[in-house]
Formats: sequence, C-alpha cells, structure tokens
Amino acid sequence: MTKFLDELIRGWGHDPGTWRLTQGVYLVAMLLVAVGLVTFGAVFAGAVSWWERRVAGRMQSRIGPNRVGPGGFLQWIADALKLLLKEDLIPEESDHVLFRIAPYFVLVGFVLTFVVLPFGYQMSATNMNVGLFYVVSITALVVVGILISGWASNSKWSLFGGIRAAAQVVSYEIPAGLAILVPIIMAGSLNMHDIIRAQGGNPWSWFMFQTPMGFAAFFVLFTALLAEGNRTPFDLPEAESEIVAGYNTEYSGMRFAYFFLAEWGNLWVMSAILTTLFLGGWQVPFLDSRLRMWEVAGTVPGWFYAASTAVFVLKVLVLVNVVIWIRWTFPRIRVDQMMGLCWKYLVPIAMALVVLTAFNEWVSFNIWGAKATQPVGLTHPRGWIHFAWFAVFGLLPLVAFAVKTRRNITLTGDRVDLTNW
Amino acid sequence: MALDQITMTKVSDRVLHQDLGEMVLNMGPQHPSTHGVINFIVHADGEVMKRAIPEVGYLHRAIEKIGEMVSYNGFMPYTDRVDYLAAMFANEGYAIAVEKLMNLQVPPRAHYLRAISCELNRIASHLISIGSMAMDIGAVTPFPYALRERESINDLIEALCGARLTYNYHRIGGVAFDMPDDWTPLCRKWMDHFDKVLDEWDRLISRNEIFLQRLAGLAVIPAEMAISYGLVGPNLRGSGVDFDLRRDHPYGAYPDFKFEVPVGKGHAGARAGGTAGDCFDRFYCRVLECRQSVAIVRQAIDKLPPGEFMAKVPKKIRPEAWSEAQSRIEAARGEMAYYVVSDGGERAYRVRARTGSYLAMGIIEDLSKGLMIADLVALIASLDVVAPEIDR
Repeated sequence: MTKFLDELIRGWGHDPGTWRLTQGVYLVAMLLVAVGLVTFGAVFAGAVSWWERRVAGRMQSRIGPNRVGPGGFLQWIADALKLLLKEDLIPEESDHVLFRIAPYFVLVGFVLTFVVLPFGYQMSATNMNVGLFYVVSITALVVVGILISGWASNSKWSLFGGIRAAAQVVSYEIPAGLAILVPIIMAGSLNMHDIIRAQGGNPWSWFMFQTPMGFAAFFVLFTALLAEGNRTPFDLPEAESEIVAGYNTEYSGMRFAYFFLAEWGNLWVMSAILTTLFLGGWQVPFLDSRLRMWEVAGTVPGWFYAASTAVFVLKVLVLVNVVIWIRWTFPRIRVDQMMGLCWKYLVPIAMALVVLTAFNEWVSFNIWGAKATQPVGLTHPRGWIHFAWFAVFGLLPLVAFAVKTRRNITLTGDRVDLTNW
Repeated sequence: MALDQITMTKVSDRVLHQDLGEMVLNMGPQHPSTHGVINFIVHADGEVMKRAIPEVGYLHRAIEKIGEMVSYNGFMPYTDRVDYLAAMFANEGYAIAVEKLMNLQVPPRAHYLRAISCELNRIASHLISIGSMAMDIGAVTPFPYALRERESINDLIEALCGARLTYNYHRIGGVAFDMPDDWTPLCRKWMDHFDKVLDEWDRLISRNEIFLQRLAGLAVIPAEMAISYGLVGPNLRGSGVDFDLRRDHPYGAYPDFKFEVPVGKGHAGARAGGTAGDCFDRFYCRVLECRQSVAIVRQAIDKLPPGEFMAKVPKKIRPEAWSEAQSRIEAARGEMAYYVVSDGGERAYRVRARTGSYLAMGIIEDLSKGLMIADLVALIASLDVVAPEIDR
C-alpha cells in the first residue's frame, strides 16, 4: 500500500520522502483506505443481496425485486434503512452483553480480511508476507461471533445453530487449510501478490489448471469455503426448515443486518481467495511477460492498474455467481453427512493433494530448475504440459456443460429468454 | 417455574418422564416446516431425537359438528375447509355419502366431471407436496416450479367452477356447473406441457444426489407396519402395498379408466440405499401418481358422455330416519371416508370424516426414535400431512 502510494505521488511529480509529515500523510491515507474498504464490503454485500435475489428470481421463473430504482437495484438500500429503523430487540432472558456484541465479532472477522485481499496489480491495503495465514486466522473470528450469538440468545433454535456452526466451521478449516497449502507450495510464498505472480494471465498458467492436484484442490477449497460461509448446501447453521433461523433467530434490526452483511460480504472474500490462489488473480491474459519487462524498466502504465483490477473483479464476480447458482440449486445436507463429507473425504483428499503437490514440485524443480517456480508461456515445454492439463480439466468440462445445458433446455422446449429481466 | 409446570402438565404425562441430558424442544405450532399449526414435542439428545410426540388439535374447527348444524347442501362449502389443498375430494366424499343415504342416481356426465376435477386437484395437491418436500430438504427452487404448474391447474379448475382454492364444485346429485365449451383443448394443451415438466422434475430434484442421500433409506415403514398403523394413500403405497380405492373399490367413473397404481420399491436405487417404504418412495409415488392422474384426465375427456350433469334432487333433502351411509374415496392424502347418519330431519344427525393426515400422524412418534431433527422435517413432509385435514 505504501509502495503504491509512493508510486502514485511520485507519478504526480512529488517525492514524499522530502515531506515533513510523511508518516502522517500515510496515516490519513490509511484511514481513508480503511473507511473505503469497510464501505466497499458493506456496499458489495448490499448489492450482491439484490443480485442474488434477482438471480434466484430468474432461476425460479419469477421476477424478484424490481421496483426500487432501475431493475430494483436500490432494494438493498431500502432494506438496510428498514433494518436500521427497526427496534433493536434484546430478549429478556438472553445474556444481554454477549447478545449485543456477538454481531460485531462476525462483522470484524469479515471486514479484517480486506486488509490483505488484493484488488488488482499492487492494490491491497497491506502487502503482508503471511497474508494467507492472516486470512485463515482472522476468519475464525466469525465462528466465535456465531457461537456467542447462539449461546447468548438463550433459545434452543439459536443454540442448535451456534453449535452446528461451530462444528462445521472448525471441521472445514482443516481441508481448507490443507487445500490452501497446495498453491502455497506451488508458489513458494504466503504472500497474496507473490502467489498471483507465480501464475500467469492465461487459464493454462493458473494454478487450477497447471496440475491435476491444483484442479482438485480448487474444488476442495471451494467446498470448504462454502461450508465456512454457511452457504447452501452447507447452510445448516441457519437451516430455515429445520431450526427456524439458527443462530440469528432472536436477532432483529441492525444486529440482524450485520449477520447478513457478513454473510453476503463473505461471498467476495471467498471468491477473492479462490481467484488469488487458483485463478491467476489480477494477471491480465497475454500480458504477463510484458508486465515483467515493464517492472524491470520501471514503466508500468497506468491503464494496467485498471485492467488488472477489472480482470480480478470479473473473476470474482463469476465465482460469486457460481456460488449463488449453487445456493438456489442444491438441497441441504444433513449434519452427519456434513461431518462425513469433511472428515471422510475432504481431509484425506486434501492431505494427499499436499503430498502429491510437494512431490510434483520436487520432480519439476529437478527437471526444469529455476523455471519450475516461474510462470512460463507456451514457449517452454512446461507450458505445454500445463496446456494439456487445461484442455483436460478446463475445456472438456466446459464443452460437456454447454452440451448438457443445451440438452436440458431443448428437452423442455424452453429457450434462453432475457426479455423479462 | 410456574410457567414450566403449566406447559408440562398441559401436554401429556409422557413429557414428564424425560431423562437427564435430554432437551425438550417444542417444534411448532409455529414452525416453518410443520405444514400448518402442529406441534411436535421433540426429545433430543443433541441432533438425534429420542422421540417426537405429535400434538394435534391446534386447527380444530369442529367441522363435523357444523355438519350437524346446517342442512345437507349447506355443509358442502364447509367440506372444502377439511383439506384446503385437495378440496374436491372432501366435496366428493361427502356428496357420495349423502347420495347413498338418499339412494340417488348420479348422471354419468357428473361422474366424469367429478373424476376430471378430482384428478386435476390430485395433481395440484401432489405438486404442493413434492415441492414443499424439496423445500424442507433445503432446495427452494423446485417449489416455485411446482407452484407454477399448480397455477395452471387452478386456472383450469377456475374455468370449471369459478374458485381456485375452496372449490365447492361437487353437489349432492352431481356437480354445480357443466364444463365450458372451450375447456378441453385448454386442458389437453396443459397436460401435454405437464408431461415434459414431470421429466424436468426428475432432472431438477428427484435425481439430485444430495436429495437421494437425504431421503433414501430414511424412516422406512415396512408394509406390515404401514397396514397396522392404518396408513392410507401414497403413504401406504410408498411402503409397497398395492392398494388403491380407485381400482380396488371403484366408485364414480373410475371403472371406465385404465391406469397403473405406483408403489414404492426403493425408487431411490440401491446405490443410494433406497429401501421400499423410505421417505423417497413416498415422495416418488406422488410424482408417479401425477402421471397416472394425467392419464385418467385424458381418458375422461375422450370418453366424456353427454347429458345432464345434475340429478333431480329435492330442494329439501330429508333422508329416511335413522339411515346411515358411508363413502370411501381415494383422496390426495389417501382414503377419505365420510359417515353420515340421518334422523329424518333436514340436518344430518352425525357427520364423520376420516382423513389420511390424521392417520399418518400416529406413526411419527414410533418412527422418530433415532432420527435426526432434520430427518423429522423430511418425515413430516414425506407423509404429506396438512394441519386442517388432521384436525378438521
């Protein structure tokens, strides 16, 4: 961040090193960025709540909110206003202090992840060298908040939700942590930007398609993050049809909104983590070698910052959409199946993936030497191996998906229709 | 403490005998998935239930007593309220019982119109059942798809009788209105569309892996158990008992139709652990029954006889004193029986309705031991209980 600011100010023709209150300027800039990031999280959560309802509406052959603002986009502002004005009801029999603070744990655990999440080339609040480690540890705060809310509500439904959430999140941290190790081993770094730099802009240079292990690890991490974010099919902690609303049964007004802010905002967090680790982050296709040349010459053009941000945001939004589709497609699994899936399948698979990846890295380091940890294009034989895996794991499923979708549409005599949007 | 005592003594003495380490959970009367105002007193050890005791009666409206207070014809709208999702059957059962009491011959066209309206209503009711089953398992999307088709059925039935929920279509001696002239092409068009929807339904939810894993082998009711607990309708057939009143004790126009009776035989498949009589079988029997109902409606439209749709019925119905009659029909929630006694006056001496949901409630306590709380929701949904039909 400071580096980015430095470059920005130098670009305007000033040298911050000569200023008297350099650190003060940086502090103000940091505060502004912090406010900006929290606001971004809140606005994204609101906007995605509208988007999710619109997508769900289309999937369910209905319309969804379309009255407030263009296409109903301002619906989330109306909802937030309503929740702000509602009474902040604290149940008489609850543990008042814990009941009040529980939503803040959830909110803080969500907001603090933005400290290290990248948004584009050189764009993140801090460039922490243990960035991933920080994300994994800070998101654990969310489950503390959920557990507190479940306990403090003094309601049996809330207790069920809190206990389910604790069991679920703690269990799925393990396959998530192991799956995160796979790109870490491939990149040799915990730093978000370094992991992105170790990948390329083209899909076959992404960690997801470089090796079969990366492909499998993507899905292990995706599943585990779905579970940690309490998204369907892992929405057991707030399973409406079973335990009313789970841990937030007794909450109303703004405290209730905080839970949902964190839940929807978490869509960005999980998608950004997946994009960073497996989908090449902000790397712009076909520009990775040119970026290295620019960096050596110290002439990274301004439009590249915008282009890399656009690429990153686009990838994140695609993933957010996939998560939304999953939510409105799948039923919910049962609590014992949730545990079985984690401990019987995901943990052993993730463990095997870590070992295989380490072995693979060792072999390729012995074959390719230093080239083994750098992104390579199709000019290098290692690049051709990546492309072959991409063809198998990327293109074939894509074609199969398209064929299947077309078949499903034609079987019911349906057609793609965007007129009622 | 005082409040605890009141609630404890109000329910049943079984609640008092709880072990230490059990959590008593009142699931209902307001709960998203109890399908109306029913209470389940759940004794849970963590997520696993020791038992779930259904507590019925929250929706009791004394409909049978109303039957003794109003005239025979005047009771017909009240029968709609016995089961608001399948009001045609409650209409038909009562009409048949009173017709038997009066020894009234119903014209064949009326029989056919009754069969058409009832089968359409059966599809509508089953759509709600299978849709809400998917929703209780956590998949929200299939429900609007089911409701969309139900809306089309409501349109068709509205064209028949002007109502979309409480139909009040059947009359003692026939039906209230004849079919509109342009009704059959509309109905045929919808049925052709609905065949494809049922195929789509399998791809949408029935063959979903999570759905199969949740329901296959869950809460298995063996055939003997189903019979001994008096289960009826799809719940009974889901256990593999091949019994359908429309075929085995036919009434109305049903002897004229050819149709199959789907029974449960582990439709979920061996890989998922499907067993005859599990929750998935009960669910899938309803899906298959929708197809058979479409076949019946098609045959009925093809063979629809001309003529009167209402018999000559005296303005004031006064059956012979102390005569009694019983009707049995295959309703959407299984066998529905009406028992009517006349004392020779303008009002019935006694009206009794026997409904499928009430019988299904009896088996829940014995099945619930060892199930998880999420499974109880699936079990209730698979039995397709509707609160007003339980309590009447």
